[in-house]
Order: sequence, then C-alpha cells, then structure tokens
Amino acid sequence: MGDSDKNRKKKLPAGSSAVLKKVLRVIGRNKLLIIFSLLFAASSVIMQLYVPMLFGDAIDEIKDEGVIDFATIGKYLILIMILVAASSVIVWMMNLINNRLAFKTVQDIRSKAIRQLQDLPLSYLDRCSTGDVVQRVIADTDQLADGLLLGFNQLFSGVVTIIVTLVFMLSKNVLITLMVLVMTPVSFLVAKFIASRSYKMFGKQTKTRGRQTALINEVISNQKVVKAFGCEDRVSEKFREVNEELKGYSRSAVFFSSLTNPSTRAVNNVIYALVALIGAFTIISGHLTVGGLTVLLAYANQYMKPFNDISSVITELQNALACANRVFELIEAEPQVKEKDALMKPAEGLVDIDHVDFSYVKEKPLIENFTFTARPGATTAIVGPTGCGKTTFINLLMRFYDVDKGSITVDGQEIREVTRHSLRSNYGMVLQETWLKAGTIRDNIAFGKPDATDEEIIQAAKDSHCWEFIRRMPGRLDCVVRDDSLSQGQKQLLCIARVMLCRPPMLILDEATSSIDTRTELQIQEAFAKLMKGRTSFIVAHRLSTIHNADNIIVMQAGKILEQGDHDSLMKKGGFYMNLYNSQFAGVE
Amino acid sequence: MKKVLSYLKKYTKESILAPAFKLLEAGMDLLVPLVVAAIINNGIGNEDKGYVVRCFIILIALAILGIAFSFTAQWFAAKASVGVATDLRQALFDHIQGFSYTELDRLGTDTLITRMTSDINQVQNGVNLALRLVLRSPFIVFGAMIMAFMIDVKCALIFAAAIPVLAVVVFGIMLICIPLYSRSQRSLDKLLGITRENLEGVRVIRAFCREEREIEEFDEKNRALTKMNEFVGRISTIMNPGTYLLINIATIILIRSGALRVEMGDLKQGDVVALYNYMAQIIVELVKLASLIITLNKSMACAGRIGEVFAVEPGMVYKEIANGRPGSEGDTSVAFEKVSFSYTTSDADAVTDISFKARKGQTIGIIGGTGCGKSTLVNLIPRFYDVTEGVVTVDGQDVRDYPKDALTGKIGIVPQKAVLFEGTIRENMKWGNENADDTQIRKALEAAQAAEVVDGKEGGLDAHVEQNGRNFSGGQKQRLCIARALVKEPEILILDDSSSALDFATDLKLRRAIHNLEGNMTVFIVSQRTASVRNADTILVLDDGRLVGSGTHDALMKDCEVYREIYYSQFPDEKEA
Repeated sequence: MGDSDKNRKKKLPAGSSAVLKKVLRVIGRNKLLIIFSLLFAASSVIMQLYVPMLFGDAIDEIKDEGVIDFATIGKYLILIMILVAASSVIVWMMNLINNRLAFKTVQDIRSKAIRQLQDLPLSYLDRCSTGDVVQRVIADTDQLADGLLLGFNQLFSGVVTIIVTLVFMLSKNVLITLMVLVMTPVSFLVAKFIASRSYKMFGKQTKTRGRQTALINEVISNQKVVKAFGCEDRVSEKFREVNEELKGYSRSAVFFSSLTNPSTRAVNNVIYALVALIGAFTIISGHLTVGGLTVLLAYANQYMKPFNDISSVITELQNALACANRVFELIEAEPQVKEKDALMKPAEGLVDIDHVDFSYVKEKPLIENFTFTARPGATTAIVGPTGCGKTTFINLLMRFYDVDKGSITVDGQEIREVTRHSLRSNYGMVLQETWLKAGTIRDNIAFGKPDATDEEIIQAAKDSHCWEFIRRMPGRLDCVVRDDSLSQGQKQLLCIARVMLCRPPMLILDEATSSIDTRTELQIQEAFAKLMKGRTSFIVAHRLSTIHNADNIIVMQAGKILEQGDHDSLMKKGGFYMNLYNSQFAGVE
Repeated sequence: MKKVLSYLKKYTKESILAPAFKLLEAGMDLLVPLVVAAIINNGIGNEDKGYVVRCFIILIALAILGIAFSFTAQWFAAKASVGVATDLRQALFDHIQGFSYTELDRLGTDTLITRMTSDINQVQNGVNLALRLVLRSPFIVFGAMIMAFMIDVKCALIFAAAIPVLAVVVFGIMLICIPLYSRSQRSLDKLLGITRENLEGVRVIRAFCREEREIEEFDEKNRALTKMNEFVGRISTIMNPGTYLLINIATIILIRSGALRVEMGDLKQGDVVALYNYMAQIIVELVKLASLIITLNKSMACAGRIGEVFAVEPGMVYKEIANGRPGSEGDTSVAFEKVSFSYTTSDADAVTDISFKARKGQTIGIIGGTGCGKSTLVNLIPRFYDVTEGVVTVDGQDVRDYPKDALTGKIGIVPQKAVLFEGTIRENMKWGNENADDTQIRKALEAAQAAEVVDGKEGGLDAHVEQNGRNFSGGQKQRLCIARALVKEPEILILDDSSSALDFATDLKLRRAIHNLEGNMTVFIVSQRTASVRNADTILVLDDGRLVGSGTHDALMKDCEVYREIYYSQFPDEKEA
C-alpha cells in the first residue's frame, strides 16, 4: 500500500498537495466513519476478488464430457452465492458511509465559510465581487463534494483491490504476476503526464469561470438598467468574449482529463494480451490450468480497473482540489483584527474623535487630522459635498474599518479596546442603501431584537410609519418581503423600524431619509426626535431641514472639517454652510 | 429539455462521430474473449505455440486500435459538449436579455444566475458523458449477448433473461431519483440565496450584531441540504451492489448449465470461459452505465430547469418597423390618456386613470408619497411595462407601435438605483450611445456635475470601474448615471429620484446645467423634494396612484392640499411666514 500510495501522491503537482492536506484534515474529523469505510472497502473487495477464484475452480471441473463432478461445482457455486450476497450488503453500507463523509465534509466547509464571512474585515469583502465569493461557497464546494464522493468510493477500494489481486495472482502464477507488476509503472507514467496537463487547464477553466460568474451576476442583477439603455446586444457581446475564452479552456480541460481513461485502458489491454500469451505457454508446459488462466485474465482486468478508476478519480480530485483551493483561500483569508475581550457598557454617549487619520488606499489619504467631540445626547449633523468622507466617517464610528492614526473613544473608552458587538449594539444605524433579509416583515423589523413581541414590533412599525402599508399587505407581519414587492421608500421605512425597535443609546443615520417622501419624512423626523432625545446621534443628510435642529453641525470637505457650530452661528458666519443652505431655495434661472 | 438538446444540432457531426468511434473501440473489446477462447480451444488444445503468438499479435492490434478510436471519440465529445454548453450559455444569456421587466420580476435574479452557471455546467458534463458512454455500454451489453448466442443458444438465453431484469432495476432506481435530485438542487438554491444575502447585507448584519443568528440560519439550511443529499444517496447507491448481485446470480446459473452442456458434449471448455468473460464484461459495463445514469439524471434535471427559462417568452412584443410616420411635427412630447396599470403580482392598480400632456422642451416634475406610483408612471414611458388600460404616446404615437430601438433611442432614463458596470468610465458612458466621442462625454459629465468625479480618479475616463461601481460613492454613482443618460442626447430625459444622494448645491447646479443644455429635451424629474421640482413647467402630484394635482408650483400652492402639505413638511420655516 505504501508503495502505491507514494506513487499516487507523486502524481499530484506541487501546490495541490498542501490543499489536499487541508481537505484531509477536514475529513479526518470523522475518524470512526473512515475506519468503517476502510474496513468495509477491504472486506468487500476481498470477497469480490475471491469470487473469480471460485469461478476458475468451477471451470476447471468442467474439463470434458463425462468427467464432470457436479457435486464439487455445486459447492463452489453455493459459496459464490454467499460471498456475493454478503459483499453486496457491505458495499451498500460502505456507500452510505462515504456519502455521509463527503456531504458532511462539504457541510463543514460551508459552515466554516459562512462563519468566516462574518469575521472577514470589510476591507476584504468590499474588494471581492459578491458573485465570486458565492461561487466559492456554493459551486466550488459542490465540485469538491463530487470529487470527494468519487474519491472515497473508488480510491480506497482501488488500492485494496490492487493489493489483494496481487496476492491472489501470486498464488496462481509468480511469473505472470511479476510481469504485471513490471508493466504497472507504464500506466502510472501515462496517467501522470495527462494529469499534470489537465490540472493546469482546470485551473484556467476555474479562473475564467469565476470571471464569467461575476459578469453574469453583475448583468443579471441589474438587468433592468441594461434594458433601459437598450444595451442588451452590447452586454451580450461582452459575455460572448468571456464565454468564448472559457470555451477554449474548457475544451482542453475536458479533453485532456478524458484521455486518462482510454490511455490506462490501452496499457491494460496490452497487459491482458501478455497474460494470455504467457498463460497459454505455461499451460502448454503444464504449470497452469485453463481455470487458472481464466482467473488470471479476470484479475488482470480487475487489477487494472482500479488504476483506471484511480486515474479518473485523480482528474476528478484535481478539479475538486482546484475548487478546494479557492474555498480555502476564502476560509483562510486574514480575519478581522482580533478583538479585546472587554465589553462596552450601555453608553452614556460621549464620543470623542481625536486626531484621526484614515484612508482606504495608503497612497491616497482621505480623512486627515479629524477631531471633534459629541456630548452625550447631542445631535451631530455632518454635511458637505458628496464624496467628502461622510460615509467613511460612519465606517470608522461603527468600526467597520479601523483608524490609521489617532483614536475614537466612547465614554472615554477606546473603541478598539472593547468587543465589536458591544460597541455596535450601542449604535442604531440606518444606511443609505437599504438592505432587507429575504423573510417576513416580522423577521426584518425584529432583526436586531429577535425576541421582540408582536406588540413591540407593531409599535415600532407604527412609530416609523410603516404600519400603514404593512397593514394592507397579505399576512401583515407574516408577509414575505421580496426585493420588488416594496418600494424603495417602504424598504427605508422598514430599515428605520428595525432601529426603532432596538432603541440603542446612540444613532447613526446615513442619508436615511433620502428616498422617503417628505410627508412621511416629517413624521419620521418627529419619531426620530423622540428617539434621539437623550441619545447621541450622528446624521449624515443632505436635506438641510432635517439637521436644522442639530446641536452641532460639522461641515466637511475633502476629509477635513471646514466649519463646526449650530445652525444659527454657522449662518451668521456666512461661510461654506450658508452657501449650501441658501442653494436649497435658489431657483433654476 | 428538448430545447436544450436542440443545441446539439450544430454539433451533429461531432455528436455522431463521438459515439461512433466509441462503438468501434467497444467492438475491439468485444472481440477479445473470442480471441482468448481460440487460444484455449485451438492453441492450448493443439499445443500450437505459433497459433498462440498470432492470437497475441491480434490482441495487441486490438488494443492499439482501441486507444486510437477512443482518443478520437473523446476529442469529438469534448468539442461537442463544451460547444453545446457555450452556445447554450450564450443563448440563455441572450434570451434573458429579451425579458421585459415583468418576466424579470417574476423569475428573480437568483434563479437566473443559477441556471446560467451551475446548471449549464452540469449539462456540459452530462452531454460529454452521454456522447462517450451512453451508447457504448448498451452496445457492449447487447454485443456480449449476441456473441453469447453465437457460441451457444441455450446458455445465451440466460443472458437474454438477465439483461431485462437488470434494466428494470437500473431504470427503476433512476426514475425514483430524478425528482429527488431536483429537490436537492432547490435546497442548494436556498443556500446560495443566503450566502448572497450575507454578503450584500454585511454592514447591516454587523451593525445589528446578527452574525451568530445568520450563521444559525445558514447552518439550518445547510443541514437540510445535507440531509436531502444523503437521502437521495441512500437510494441511488443501491444500484451498484444490486446489479453486482444480480449479474453474479446469472453467472452462477451460466456455469451450472455450461457444465451440463459440456457434459453432453455440446460445448468446449474454452467456450465456457468465453461465455464467462462476456458475462464479466456485462457487469463492468452495467456498473458504468449505472453511475453514468446518476450523472445524467442530474444533468437532465438541470437541462429541464434551463428549458423552463427558455420556455418563458418575453411578454412584450415590439413592432419590427414603425407604423407610419410618428407625428413629430406636433409639439406634444409625451401624453398619457386615461392610463391605468397594475403589476402582475398584485391585484390593485399601481397607477389609476392618469392623463396629462408634456410639451417638447418642458420640464415635468412628479412628486408624491412613497409607493404612490411615481416610478411606475415614468417606467411606462419607455414601455418597461405595458399599460393595463389607456394609451401612452411619445411624439403622438402609441409607445406600443414603436420598434424597440426607436423608442429606447429617444429616451434617457436614470434609474433610482445608481448602477455602474465593470469596465472603464468611458465604457460606462457609452452605454446609451456607442459612438459618443470624448467631447460629447465631457459635455455630459459637466452637465451632470460629474466632471470632478472623473478628474479625481487616476486615468480620468480610462479609470477602472469595479463591479457594480463599488469603488464610487453613492453620490458619485448617481452623477455618473445621469451623465450616462445625457451622453445619449435623448429627446426625453427621465430622472427617477436620481439625485437623492446629492447635496442641495450640487443638485441645483445639476438642474441648471440640464436646463441649459441645447436641444429641446423634455425632462421628467421624479423627486421627493419640492426644491427639485418647484421650477418645473408642470408638477404632477400623485397620491396613492392617482393624479391629485398638476400645475406650476404657485398654482399648486394655491389649490393642492397634498402639495402644500409636502412643501411645508420640507420648509417648516415658511409655514409661519
């Protein structure tokens, strides 16, 4: 076994063995199942291989007319029947175990992946395309499963078959067995050559496929925009390019991988012919029976079959490994900076930002030397032209990103010194881009507080003025939200209700009211005013009327604070803010 | 399913040659037991070594021919299967491009993406295997039976009885498994949905500290999928040991009756060996066929689901050529006559009984509460949806009488959701007008207040836009989207609440610039802000899908209660004044 094992490993090109180790480590958690699988594989293979021996013995009894011993043949045949029945049951049970192993492994990997997704820094996720990550978690792991399933079913029994066959063959004829052994490496060489070619092609295929999936994701998700611009033909053309490129790689990958089987089969056929030749000569010289030759021929076939299987398993494994590699890339990506264990208590709301520098890309500083203090309960409005760093500011407050320099403290506590959860649960956030879960209205409103009662949920819905439309929906709270069943504004209202239910001590509102009609907005402002009372709030908004009553207004431009103060003092100052404010009332002409 | 198979037509040559060469290879395999029988009966029987060597050479020749045939077959199979998958993917992609908003709403993004990706890959796999192996295995099975008949009719009857029994087992299991496979695929779809959701909503999930619960939910679906897969596995794995058992029972019977035939002198030992070898070949091939059928099951389920998407016909039919000359001489640009519309997914009208006229060069503001039908209304102008009642005309002609390009060519729309596509800024700008030169693009960017966005990026117009425009902020995206529509130099420009992320100063500059653009562009501004529409020539006020007021700002302030309410909600200071 050691020998063939070594050979098998050699066939895998460098780099993939590291991935293989990782996969094995994952599988290795189910040791008991593996032991049973191996045991069943070994016992069923031995039984199944013993059957041709018995058939050979039976055939030897059928020498010529008149000299046939039916009693002996009958004995052999009954024994065969028992072995066949037993091995069938064992094979079935082995298959069940292998199934469980493969599916369980995929389940484990996927569940690891989803945990990793929750723990990856946003700087990583913001860089990845959604489609690509989804492909890794779903399609790649699936390929991995297919590969593993095939692998388990055939690799183990293949190796055992080879060994047992050799033993049985040796018992029949040493010379022929040696000849078969000598020929074996030829088969390996052929398989190795092909495998190394197809691994490269599979890698290219997977990469191009990832690009294509990303394109599909982008276009299909935004199909309406494509239509609106009548660009169907153009995206189709773009798709065609990737598609054609993929076609080239796929064709090579499919072709090369499908060569392994016929190649090893040809080697096999040559060996078969040699066995027949040498066997016939040996019979003529009286050292072998016809039944013995039959057994050897059957074994020569069976001995090579696992090589065929193994080589096809290896191509399948290669594909699976290429996919596994992508999956592990994701799983092993550097997670967020480890957090400190300290918990932040429900905050009073004193937020102090001290000389903060931050940039997404090192070469392009974005926020520089940012300093300001929000008193507990105060409302801070952040205004400024688009792209001035307001959204980034929220990323920092929520610790989606960490500051490069300086510090942010809440109630005097540095936010990097406490757990992210304890920090974030002190904030209620409504983002510019509405995101709702696929689920019921209830699931969505109770998102931050899953144990909320219906009364609480309805109250939050009423406070955020979405009860109006929820009431009219079939099933009300149980109505399932679909992406297109709600208007943008309704989604926004639900996002607000979501925060309304949690009543956190601090609020972050990122242009939250931008697509809610202004009638409702007024009502929301009232509700927010209620909610904001005694809570530290940060509002990023363009509607200056909404920040009219803010205690402190920060006017930002290009990552820096231009002006600070309340509305009246800023108006008096007659600076940037005043211009901004006045433009709201200016006409077009 | 049929639709999917029809893509094989283009590869008729390959689809015939691949199995044909495979059969030639199988033919070589079938001859082997005969040669071996000859060695035993004649070579060994007569102790003729020369005869044995000659047989050996034949066996080697068969092996060489076999590999040559097989390589040829693999090449054609790879070419055909990859070709079919490529064509199928393109055709499906193009088919989806033909869908109107109604079909897109109904089918959903996730489904379409799965069909485009993993389903088609499965089909490719299936076609490849089918071309190579589907004919080969039955050919060997029946070939072996025929060979058996040639050797001994009585013994061959065992073959004739065993094969149908085996077929019933194999196909029975297959029939049970097909529906189960599609169920497990649906579970996989659900898991895919959650993964996407987790990526898209990562900020919200983290803000609400919901990571753990998302994981729990995923785990639950993940476990359900595993359970489903194992259930199917339990049934489908009966096939291998089942067929093995049956074939060996047949072999036992074969040896027993073979012994009787030899005893009576009707058969020689070598012939029994040949029969035994043929039976062995049947096992090998049936096992192959069984695992092949499992893969094919999956592929067929996938093909069926792809077929379902193909079966969805684009609901909107466009005229090939315009009906007569559009009345471009008149000065009405867009007119609604008693228009009502309801989405197929809902019973209630989204807009009801709307009538208005927009003259060329006018600016029309549309304002109203959330869900009041503003977006629906403007979506009817480029005919994204067909009206349920009434008529929408553009330049005096019913929008349903326009060929597709003629209508989209006139209209530039900036959708609510600002979306850019992967590529350069220039490529994005050229969406509406492929032939636009840099001067045109510059002009549009200036008007959309997006010039500074482009100048701020390295490479200017050649700067890279990541997928979904991820490397731009919301406001930057909105401005670029407006520019994209302007590059088209449309006759009608629709801004569907598309400046919501802009600050007031930029919004104002934008409106001024659009107003000052040359040409006689009709502009629709959908907005929540009265400031954005107050200078429009006509403001349409919508409430719950109905038109409750239309006129200038001043007129509406006088007679429209809803408008007044909206206005004062935004300018509370004015109310007291």
